[in-house]
Amino acid sequence: MGIAAGTTTPTWSRRRLTWRRAAGGAVPYGLVLPVVAVLAAVLGYPIYKLVRLSFQHYGLFELIRHSGESVGLHNYGSVLHDPVFWHTLLRTVIFTVVNVALTMGIGTLIALLLVRVSTWVRILVTAGLVLVWSMPQVVAVQVWQWMTNSQNGVLNYVLTELHVGNYFQHDWYTTTFSELALVTTLIVWGALPFVAITMYAALAQVPSDLVEAASVDGARGWRVFLDVTLPIVRPVLLILTSLSILWDFGVFTQPFLLIGQGHIYPSNYLMGVYLFEEGYVQSDFGRGAAISILMLLVVAALSVVYVRRMVRIGDVE
Amino acid sequence: MRPSRTARTGWNILGLLLFAVMIFPVFWMISTAFKPDQDVNSFTPTWIPTHPTIKHFADAIHRPYFWTDVENSLIVVGVTVGFSIVLAFLAAVALAKYRFTGRKIFIVLMIGVQMLPAVGLVIPLYVVLARYHLVNALTGVIVTYLTFALPFSVWTLRGFIVGIPKDLEEAAMVDGSTRLGAFVRILLPLMGPGLVATSVFAFITSWNEYVFARVLLNDQAKQTVTVWLSYFLGTSRQTDWGALMAASTLTAIPVVVFFLLVQRRIAFGLTAGAVKA
Repeated sequence: MGIAAGTTTPTWSRRRLTWRRAAGGAVPYGLVLPVVAVLAAVLGYPIYKLVRLSFQHYGLFELIRHSGESVGLHNYGSVLHDPVFWHTLLRTVIFTVVNVALTMGIGTLIALLLVRVSTWVRILVTAGLVLVWSMPQVVAVQVWQWMTNSQNGVLNYVLTELHVGNYFQHDWYTTTFSELALVTTLIVWGALPFVAITMYAALAQVPSDLVEAASVDGARGWRVFLDVTLPIVRPVLLILTSLSILWDFGVFTQPFLLIGQGHIYPSNYLMGVYLFEEGYVQSDFGRGAAISILMLLVVAALSVVYVRRMVRIGDVE
Repeated sequence: MRPSRTARTGWNILGLLLFAVMIFPVFWMISTAFKPDQDVNSFTPTWIPTHPTIKHFADAIHRPYFWTDVENSLIVVGVTVGFSIVLAFLAAVALAKYRFTGRKIFIVLMIGVQMLPAVGLVIPLYVVLARYHLVNALTGVIVTYLTFALPFSVWTLRGFIVGIPKDLEEAAMVDGSTRLGAFVRILLPLMGPGLVATSVFAFITSWNEYVFARVLLNDQAKQTVTVWLSYFLGTSRQTDWGALMAASTLTAIPVVVFFLLVQRRIAFGLTAGAVKA
């Protein structure tokens, strides 16, 4: 049980209202002011700058001169008329759908499995999941590179030994499909612990007498899950899914480092990598800003469900 | 309805298989780090290092800039965490204890900002920091780290404060303490675990951060460990996998240790309120 999660929600007491009056209305503003001021400087100003940049021609020369040249909607036009943008967007959407589906599907199955195993197995598996959860992304990428290298990667060895096919010195970094498939295994592996452990905590809240009553009434396992368990864990499922969508859509570190500098081409771009390559690497900051804004708009639209839900929680307490 | 013994055994076997698959990459990293070169480079893998060696660890830490970059990471992380926790604590108190106009907007900001993908902010942060000559300086990186460390800390600490029973504080006030007195004597000591857990989690996120550090720090002597590790492979054709896995293990150790300590306290921060216990 997390402390943050384990709190009941007290209603607003009259006592607190008098309290607040006594303390004066200015105190809370004084308390949030430092955070607001710092965030305005380190985040608000850059975002304002981002919007302005997206309407300017801003390259290395302008970076040194500290001022760009206004070009109106040119950057947006250039991006929206770029087939690479649309292909990347489509590829990223498919990538996100596949990754989220795998993460949520397998994560839920693991949680259901955790309910059914003996206690010692559950403790062991949970410990393993927490260990995986704690692995830094950059470290995980290095391990993946070692496991999948064509010379003597253990993946090729195991696949060959299991007679899946002859994978001796198979190079995984030659097609977009197999590169992104490897990135998917890396991301799903890293995301499973959070999803599985959170889902398990939610499943543990489902009253066992409800499940038993349904079983006594003759409902089969699958129906019990759909009619009894699922409605109870739906809020958690919803939040985990929205978080996964946001994270996978905006992913950068894993595809960028695993595919590797020498192998990154427009044909295997994901949105984050596309933005990085075309904006930062090519020092076309104006165009990069336009891509950033388009990407942030998509993310903002996707995050509405999650943010609304969390705000309601924060507002009640 | 209890599952039959055979069913239980079946589930247990499945659970152990799952454990083996999930843990394998971590096991493989550590196992490789201790293996002598001929075992690492052989075509047939040696599963467990029969002749363990610490040579790869020695190689890794004697690589150029390892210690410099560890030091950089510690400075960046230390300042980021210290700064965030102090400021975030004040804001968290306001959120948990007061109702005020604009509170809701503030909450939306704190949550919404955490949802922004880092890579989407790389360009404006780079341009703005270049303007103030903070590129290739640790200060610049610290500034960018505040963009995620602050909102995260505010939101998490708020959860901890809300979790403290109100009666305790009120009892102290009835006994004649002022509000500030009740705060310092009652609330602050109870906040200890929450402050530690939040700091540790902010430490982990900052230590693991890659994109901002990669963009802002070009000088090898200025980089953080994650960037150092990502350049480890370099351009040489013969990869020193043993040393790379030793370096990976060393980078992961502080994070893993800290994570194991606080995981139970923070795990549900992101889904707070959705899971009622």
